[in-house]
Amino acid sequence: MSTASMTKPITENGILFPSKVMLDLSKLKKVYSTPKGDYVVLEDLNLQIMKEEFVTIIGHSGCGKTTMLSMIAGLNPISGGNIAVLGNPVKGPGPDRGVIFQSPSLMPWMTALENVLLGVNQVFPHATKAQRKDIAKYYLHKVGLDGAFDKKAIELSQGMQQRVGIARAFAIKPKVLLLDEPFGMLDSLTRGELQDILIEIWNKEKITAVMITHDVDEAIFLADRVVMMTSGPRAKIGDILDIEFERPRTRKSVLEHDDYYTYRKHLIDFLEH
Amino acid sequence: MEQEITLKKESQPLAFLKPLVVKFTPKFQKGDIISSLKKTGITIVSILLFLGLWHLGSKALYNKEAAYKIEKALTEQGQAAADAERACIASGDSSCQPNTLPSPAQVWSSLQALIADHKVITADKAAFVEKMAETNIKLVEQGKDAIVYTGRASFVDIVLTSIKTVFAGFLLALLIAVPIGVIIGLSPSLRSAFNWFIQVFKPVSPVVWYLLVFMIVKTLYIGDSSDNAFVISFISVGLCAMWATLVNTAMGVSSVDKDYINVAKVLKLGTFQKVFKVILPSSLPLIFTGLRITLSVAWMVLIAIELLAQSQGLGLFVWEEFQNGANDSNAKIIVAMFIIGIIGFLLDRLMLTVQNMVSFNKNEGV
Ligand SMILES: Nc1ncnc2c1ncn2[C@@H]1O[C@H](COP(=O)(O)OP(=O)(O)OP(=O)(O)O)[C@@H](O)[C@H]1O
Ligand SMILES: [Mg+2]
Repeated sequence: MSTASMTKPITENGILFPSKVMLDLSKLKKVYSTPKGDYVVLEDLNLQIMKEEFVTIIGHSGCGKTTMLSMIAGLNPISGGNIAVLGNPVKGPGPDRGVIFQSPSLMPWMTALENVLLGVNQVFPHATKAQRKDIAKYYLHKVGLDGAFDKKAIELSQGMQQRVGIARAFAIKPKVLLLDEPFGMLDSLTRGELQDILIEIWNKEKITAVMITHDVDEAIFLADRVVMMTSGPRAKIGDILDIEFERPRTRKSVLEHDDYYTYRKHLIDFLEH
Repeated sequence: MEQEITLKKESQPLAFLKPLVVKFTPKFQKGDIISSLKKTGITIVSILLFLGLWHLGSKALYNKEAAYKIEKALTEQGQAAADAERACIASGDSSCQPNTLPSPAQVWSSLQALIADHKVITADKAAFVEKMAETNIKLVEQGKDAIVYTGRASFVDIVLTSIKTVFAGFLLALLIAVPIGVIIGLSPSLRSAFNWFIQVFKPVSPVVWYLLVFMIVKTLYIGDSSDNAFVISFISVGLCAMWATLVNTAMGVSSVDKDYINVAKVLKLGTFQKVFKVILPSSLPLIFTGLRITLSVAWMVLIAIELLAQSQGLGLFVWEEFQNGANDSNAKIIVAMFIIGIIGFLLDRLMLTVQNMVSFNKNEGV
């Protein structure tokens, strides 16, 4: 586990700076045209996210977090500015940017395994059927669903469905994982469990993660950096907080750390102003 | 680390209990058995009540018409004629029976008569086939057509013809409406292009569809002496009944959950994969609701269309019985009515079963 631990992604050896940037949002703008005229949600939003970094995003409801994430995913057109993934402008959605939505959005008529395979088949078209099945099963195992491969998605509990969602997202080996309040609908016990699973796989796969959350503790526990967005309209990045805890982290060690309450106060102060 | 592990251990049983609790509690409870017994009881009572009311109603109508007949004989031909009429009616002689709504008992005996008639005809047919077997072999050897039984159709044959027609029509509706529904569901511009067409043709009555199909098929079959009543009726039935499926399919396809579409986009599924793995399965419930309506509409318009097309089915049977006005005609019409109703009900059940088999969210039957 310690091999995968990292404090700051920028300390990687011998690579030029720009290649360390996974996601580059510059002068990003989003305008929704509504019956009452144009509504500028985001304006002049600049953010760089490094390779293998875990970034959480917090901000008031309606400020445009989902809008920003769906633009990174390529599911929502950009009104102005740029989003680049490894220097290449985003033109549309693709499996290099996996998404975990707030609702698990599994195909209810498919089994857990079929749901994961849907993506795997697409991303590994040249692998044999058995190999693809192994990949899907590996990730379902990772999220703790060993007994539920052949259960229909509709028969799974909310928490189990979101586990499948996580397995599906990782199984397509994305470069970036985008998560929009993935645990918002779960009880706190299940949420804690899934946070651990998420961090464990993220650590192992060395991918970049961008996650929206409403939960300040979750934001601190998971992130290398917490990005705070200002309230809309014309929202932008208000502040960024580096979380210096060592990985792997446990809830206990984080809670007992002296800096924890400083971080927490910082975020709450931001949200309350 | 410790904290992490204990958290997992504690929450595991909870996570696994959840689905179990949901799954096992509602089934097989005492209350369920009692409530289903109650339901059956209520159904039986209501059937008996219905039969009783029917019986009383038909008796009242019978008496009214009998009284009128006697009264008429009295005023027109005098007391003697009236007494004769009264005696005739009381004797149950078929020549002077009031011709009104038959009683449940009459309908029951008509049903038995029809079944007996079916047995006679079946025996006839078998005898005919046996008798002609040798001749037919020779005819076929000489390259001529074999002689087939062309006698009167039995009630069972008639019912089977109707079922055959309705299934052919249903299949036609399915083959036309589902693909077109999918295509116009996928494209908003095609949807607006087709919209006027659907709005205009949807409300057209079965009679008009029949006439339209008749015009076309008659010309296509020109010079061909074979019986095209079946073809005309099933095409008319199909065209008349397909609209519910067309509209529902288009709606189902165009309103697939946005999340599923987003998943398909992120995974970059091709059009084929997107349609067959995401869009169609997710619109199946609506498509099947449409198909269910289509089947029941098909069965409903079938009777009128068979009547017009002179196709040997229940529609024509009802019409001919009404025309010939024999003593038991009314009872036979009521038999046909029940058969039509029961088959319609069974067809709907069949569709519901298929729907539940293929759909991911189970529907409760009504
Ligand atoms: N398709 C749309 N058309 C018009 N306005 C929209 C559209 N989608 C979102 N908005 C508006 O843009 C703003 C930002 O929405 P968004 O969903 O991105 O907020 P959010 O930060 O994700 O909120 P939440 O925390 O509640 O999820 C909101 O005011 C919303 O009403
Ligand atoms: Mg949101």
